[in-house]
Amino acid sequence: MTSIAFRTEKLAKVYGAGPTAVHALRGADLELPLGEMTVLLGHSGSGKSTLLNILGGLDRATSGKAYFGDLELTHLKDRELTRYRREHVGFVFQFYNLVPSLTARENVALVTEIARGPMPAEEALERVNLGARMDHFPAQMSGGEQQRVAIARAIAKRPRVLLCDEPTGALDIQTGVTVLEALTGVNNEMGTTTVIITHNAEIQRIAHRTLVMADGQIVSQEVNQNRVQPSEVSW
Amino acid sequence: MSMLDRKLVRDFRRLWAQGLAIGLVAAAGVMTLLLGVATYQSLFETRQAYYERYSFADIFASATRAPLGLMDRIEALPGVALASARIEQRAVLDIEGMDEPATGLILSIPDTGEALLNRLYLAEGRLPEAGHAGEAVVSQAFADAHGFRPGDELSAIMGGVKRSLTISGIVLSPEFIYSIGGSDILPDDKRFGIIWMRYSDAAASYDLTGAFNSVSLKLQRDAVVPGVIGALDDLLRPYGGQGAYDRSQQISDQFLSAELTQLQAMSYIMPPIFLGVAAFLLNMTLARLISLEREQIGLLKALGYGSGAIGWHYTKFALTIAALGTLIGWGFGAWAGRGMASLYAEFYKFPFLLFQDRPSSFLISGLAAMVAAVLGSLQAVRNVAALSPAVAMQPPAPPVYRRFFLDRLGWTRMFPQGLTMALRNLTRKPVRALLTVVGVSLSTGLLVTGLFTTDSLEYIIDATYFRTDRQHATISLALPVSASGVEAIMRLPGVMAVEPTRTIAVNLRNHLSSRRTALTGKPANPELSRVTDSDLEPVPLPQTGIALSSMLADILQARVGDMLTVELLDGSEKVIELPVTLIVTQFMGLGAYMEISELNRALGESDLANGVHLMLDEDRTETLYDEVKDLPMAAGLALQRKSLEMFRETIGENLGISMGIYIALAVLIVFGVVYNTMRIQLSERARELASLRILGFTRLEVSVILLTELAILTAVAIPLGCVLGYVMGIGMSEGFKSELFRFPLVISRASYTTAGLVVLAATIVSAAIVQRRVANLDMIAVLKTRE
Repeated sequence: MTSIAFRTEKLAKVYGAGPTAVHALRGADLELPLGEMTVLLGHSGSGKSTLLNILGGLDRATSGKAYFGDLELTHLKDRELTRYRREHVGFVFQFYNLVPSLTARENVALVTEIARGPMPAEEALERVNLGARMDHFPAQMSGGEQQRVAIARAIAKRPRVLLCDEPTGALDIQTGVTVLEALTGVNNEMGTTTVIITHNAEIQRIAHRTLVMADGQIVSQEVNQNRVQPSEVSW
Repeated sequence: MSMLDRKLVRDFRRLWAQGLAIGLVAAAGVMTLLLGVATYQSLFETRQAYYERYSFADIFASATRAPLGLMDRIEALPGVALASARIEQRAVLDIEGMDEPATGLILSIPDTGEALLNRLYLAEGRLPEAGHAGEAVVSQAFADAHGFRPGDELSAIMGGVKRSLTISGIVLSPEFIYSIGGSDILPDDKRFGIIWMRYSDAAASYDLTGAFNSVSLKLQRDAVVPGVIGALDDLLRPYGGQGAYDRSQQISDQFLSAELTQLQAMSYIMPPIFLGVAAFLLNMTLARLISLEREQIGLLKALGYGSGAIGWHYTKFALTIAALGTLIGWGFGAWAGRGMASLYAEFYKFPFLLFQDRPSSFLISGLAAMVAAVLGSLQAVRNVAALSPAVAMQPPAPPVYRRFFLDRLGWTRMFPQGLTMALRNLTRKPVRALLTVVGVSLSTGLLVTGLFTTDSLEYIIDATYFRTDRQHATISLALPVSASGVEAIMRLPGVMAVEPTRTIAVNLRNHLSSRRTALTGKPANPELSRVTDSDLEPVPLPQTGIALSSMLADILQARVGDMLTVELLDGSEKVIELPVTLIVTQFMGLGAYMEISELNRALGESDLANGVHLMLDEDRTETLYDEVKDLPMAAGLALQRKSLEMFRETIGENLGISMGIYIALAVLIVFGVVYNTMRIQLSERARELASLRILGFTRLEVSVILLTELAILTAVAIPLGCVLGYVMGIGMSEGFKSELFRFPLVISRASYTTAGLVVLAATIVSAAIVQRRVANLDMIAVLKTRE
């Protein structure tokens, strides 16, 4: 594998057709190095979620190319995309998306059951400081705790990349910071390439790199020389 | 159209498949109700009208030979409106083109005009003309079985002489709506026919001129039935009166009444099952709809709509589905009802059919569906009322799950997460799980009850034809014969074994209970016609006393050891006391048995027989048949095995149809329950399942997680349904029990297996329809939306 985790060439995505067609991506080009944490900024409708969905194997591009290492994602069939997600990608959602009928430990085990060479569910939860809450159901936890369970679930299979769509969007600042700490911890300790979508420009201070999107394209890219700890950001 | 109604229309358009699934279940309820009521009413009214228009008698009696002069005294009995005397005899028939002889029941009609009672409906031709000897009319079923037309001929041995009879017409009679030969237990229209001749013609043949041996009475409205029967018996006793009886023991009416009772029972059982299931499905669907539309409900309330208006909106949703079901049910019910009633009218021989699809039964069935809909929506509407607008506009709190007993035992640690999820979902919504199980079990049970009738019938056939009455044929004799007469029959070609039997009419009495029946004498250890115990093992007839079939013992409330008073109805006016020494198992008829020489001794006669059971060499039956056709002493030949073949054919067709109906209804319930349960589950868990897809679960894995719950429920429901089927079978076997036959509860493993497999297949298909939607789970939407 090269030192590039993701690469796209003239990636475009059109929803619908004719006069009502929506151009979500209009030829986005990017390269994201392995092991880096990247923050993707942009207004609503700028195309960041579409980009993330295509990189995560949830959606297909209309044209252009997207690579994960040497693997071209844009030509994979549904079954292959499923395998790609299963083996390489960890997702963290804005609304956690935990299975309410399973405890924290079981939610993580859900993924370790089907992954190759995962870490024990307990270890994943320890990494996000939830060792003491393993046997709680989602309904018994705070939003921040639920999001950390989601992160534990995402990293338990030791994914190559971690894709986070507004991971702090539903959280207050304090809990938001604990979640960001968990993400930075994973990135530092496991070297997992991490992409975070956010509206919140403040979060870019903890990342290696910031991409700004507008109107379906990458309009600027910046490498962060002075990364700060999550505890130092505020919004 | 109000905005809420517009929403209703759009909701319905969106949920049409679920609505239709529920509507079809409700339609089955409406249809079975309509069908049951219409068929019952039609048959009931048709029978009533037929009986009235054709003067079906109220009381029947036969004697050996009574002078016509006695009729004046019979007519003068208090309570008697009309009395009609006639000749009734059995005859062996020889029909061209048929190897084996048939049995005819010869009945006389007055020399001029029509009979006063039990009048004939002339379907074709004309009545025999007075003075035209040898003219006869025959029953339509018999004519149809042979393709007889007026002008055709057949031969009959009447009073020991072979006569040629010309068919002048084809008729139906209210007495023989269901016609069955004397020693047959199943109708066989080919080998049993009813033949009416003018009185003088018949009397000449049987040496009964100036006499009669059968009488029917029409009663006045205020007549006391037991009183008339008693008085008639007193008058006929010196002439060999065999005990009068009313319609309740008239064989054709008895069968018809049993059928009507069964029809009525079905219309009480089936519709509530379907409407109950429909109500449960509505309840489930509305509950889900309301939980999905919390915010809209909150908004509506905030805008000033009252709980009543919103509740009514959802009730209307349920009512729309019920109305849809009602319309479908009405359509099919009206169509199938007419078909069903015509089928019945054809099977039983009615000259006309008064089809009854009364507006009231449409109204009642529709109303029943509406009530089911309202009951089904009650809970949901109560929930709407309880939602406060502020709370309703918040997303619902995340569902709270708890550990259940398997968690506490630590078992779930060993389960895959999909199974744990399924088990926790089940324990969180136990009522829904329970009702789903009930729905699926009900249809399994329904199938078991639909299938087991074949098992029971096969059991009855095995018991009757292969363990009890193993003879190939039975010759009934015009007059009793001695041992030499039996030997003469043994010498007939093709006869391999004979067994004498003596049958006389008796009245059995035990304290206050009494019953007129036939007492049959058999050898102590018969080879052909045997008696069996409850395990269907043959048992020897005790040397003394009387053996009763269990049904007769029940009627007489008699047990082994009780003394019975036996009135011999052979004209001897003898009354003897006999102990009950054995109870035997018998599924058809009310049998009473004695050792034959003991019976003859009781009659004060030497060894006589009036019937002979035969074992035949199948290769030589034709020669035997030819001989029997010319045998003066033969009054009839019953070919049990041939009847059985015929019966199997007829019943096979009928059972095939009813089985089809049962399967269709059961599948309908399964589909309704499973499809709706699955759709609701999918709707509730769509987000969870789409998240799993994002996490890398394949479609198959996600489907397995979705279907695990259903698999658990089905695994519980099918065995439970088999138990339920058994219990329903007990009810059915009790409900079908009549004096004519008992319906043993026999359910083969194959019936359970078939029922289970059909339900399983229906479950899999219904689930598969929903499962296809797993492919369309919107993975992107769940990333962005809060539940």
